[in-house]
Amino acid sequence: MTMPYYASAEQVMRDRSEYARKGISRGRSVAVLTYVDGVLFIAENPSATLHKVSELYDRIGFAAVGRYSEFESLRVAGVRLADVRGYSYNRRDVTGRVIANAYAQTLGAVFTEQLKPYEVELCVAEVGDSSGGDQLYRLTFDGSIVDESDFVVMGGQAETVANHLREHYTRGMGLREALRVGVRALSAVSPATAANGGGHDQLPAEQLEVAVLDRRRHKRAFRRVAGASLRSLLSDEPVPEEAAPPAAATHVHAPSAPAPGTPAGLGDPTAVDTAGGTEDRTLEPDTLDGAGGGTEGDQPQPRTDDER
Amino acid sequence: MSESSTGRSGFPPAYLDRVGSSFTDFLGLAAPDLLPGRRTLPAAPLGELAPHGTTIVAVTYEGGVLMGGDRRATMGNLISSRDIEKVYAADSYSVIGIAGAAGIAIEMVRLYQVELEHYEKIEGVTMSLDGKANRLAGMIRGNLGAAMQGLAVVPLFAGYDLDAAEGASPGRIFSYDVTGGNYEERGYASVGSGSLFARNSLKKTWRTGLPADAATRSLVESLYDAADDDSATGGPDPVRRLYPIVYRVDAEGAVRLPDAEVAAVAETIIADRSAGNEAREV
Repeated sequence: MTMPYYASAEQVMRDRSEYARKGISRGRSVAVLTYVDGVLFIAENPSATLHKVSELYDRIGFAAVGRYSEFESLRVAGVRLADVRGYSYNRRDVTGRVIANAYAQTLGAVFTEQLKPYEVELCVAEVGDSSGGDQLYRLTFDGSIVDESDFVVMGGQAETVANHLREHYTRGMGLREALRVGVRALSAVSPATAANGGGHDQLPAEQLEVAVLDRRRHKRAFRRVAGASLRSLLSDEPVPEEAAPPAAATHVHAPSAPAPGTPAGLGDPTAVDTAGGTEDRTLEPDTLDGAGGGTEGDQPQPRTDDER
Repeated sequence: MSESSTGRSGFPPAYLDRVGSSFTDFLGLAAPDLLPGRRTLPAAPLGELAPHGTTIVAVTYEGGVLMGGDRRATMGNLISSRDIEKVYAADSYSVIGIAGAAGIAIEMVRLYQVELEHYEKIEGVTMSLDGKANRLAGMIRGNLGAAMQGLAVVPLFAGYDLDAAEGASPGRIFSYDVTGGNYEERGYASVGSGSLFARNSLKKTWRTGLPADAATRSLVESLYDAADDDSATGGPDPVRRLYPIVYRVDAEGAVRLPDAEVAAVAETIIADRSAGNEAREV
């Protein structure tokens, strides 16, 4: 077998573009739209834990399509850049432009210098104080960066989705309306919908990952819309917006059993917070400051004052 | 942070490297000069030169936990600040109060806040309350060298435990020592120069399962008692309208009580105590 001695730069770049494009077009689409109160991210994503959309900083969000491992490491780099910058300067000095630039440089360098380009497409969105200040940066695998003000579509059949949005999108839509327009556009190309051989009329809540950057929120604008609040937004009944508060992050960890007076993490490995299990608590030294300290009540009292 | 970290070449290699979720560990790799514990200090006692924060108190109540701090910072025999804030929200469900060298302590709180938020963004879930308490212990441990030269930082950490087992109190308090020792406290705790007097006061007024308003009063009263006996702790200052900072953490999250509310509590305490004195004089 003979190896080619020379391939023109043009040929190399074309091959790499084609490779990256192919990888990206296999994935499902993501749409990022501006609406009256900020920026709305809609991703077709059946997984509830492998996110395509996430928070970078107080007013900045991130959406990606393509190879998960690659955009996940880019997302982490973005969070790190934002946090380091915010920590060493001020939270206000972290802007979407800085992060989008770093992404563009990195993607461009990887595209030209390495054999395999990143098979990803990213969107960095920043919400401003008014709708005029919202910025959407779209970044492609070769490091090109485009600044959009209305919407960005990335992924599999981005062109079809974008055409659909061009027809139906208007500026200053409310959250419910923007979500409906976006979901309808994504449904038009999704393999999960009836039009393309799936079982649904339109993408159901379980197949969607939705989040907003809401300018009305104090400090951290990013909020995921999931579960009941997403279903109510997708349904036709006029349920008041944001009736349900964001669910507290309960039960992400095993239940903890506080053991005052003992350092956490010692003792019984099955009850990590207790130094040897709750049944032994009477043997632990009592660390209360003294007798009669107003500690009577329903807390366990190892000894009575008379014995002390 | 140098400009090269955002310069022409995009992200420096460390940013794209191994995936860890700790901001402190990452800074140690990417910008170690930003970490508080990494600096070399002159070999001289610095305690008299730096402002020190004083008394912090935390109490549990039926719905969660409260933390409060007075407003004074001292430098030797001087009052260096009358309106310093020494209690901060660490994240949505936890608060941190600091006693000791104010400059280092505030830097540590800032780093700690970013640490918790960074973890949450990278992992997609919040850290467990015990995990948060342990991370803070690590930071205090890193400051031991400075502590030996008079720049000790001793925080008090409290939070609402979203994972609390059935029947366990969700409001939890953790105290620390200068070596990074981390101890969970039962019911109430205090740190700082006035902590002895604050604790004695709490011993008499605090009960298990107090409602929020009674617990707030108990906490503000303990700070009043600390200010009564400790010269480095500031009492309520009606002339300048300065009152203790009080945070409440419950199932809804951490909120700072409005100044007016704390002022009303402080004024009730002052009124009750003056009434007691007048009765005695008659």
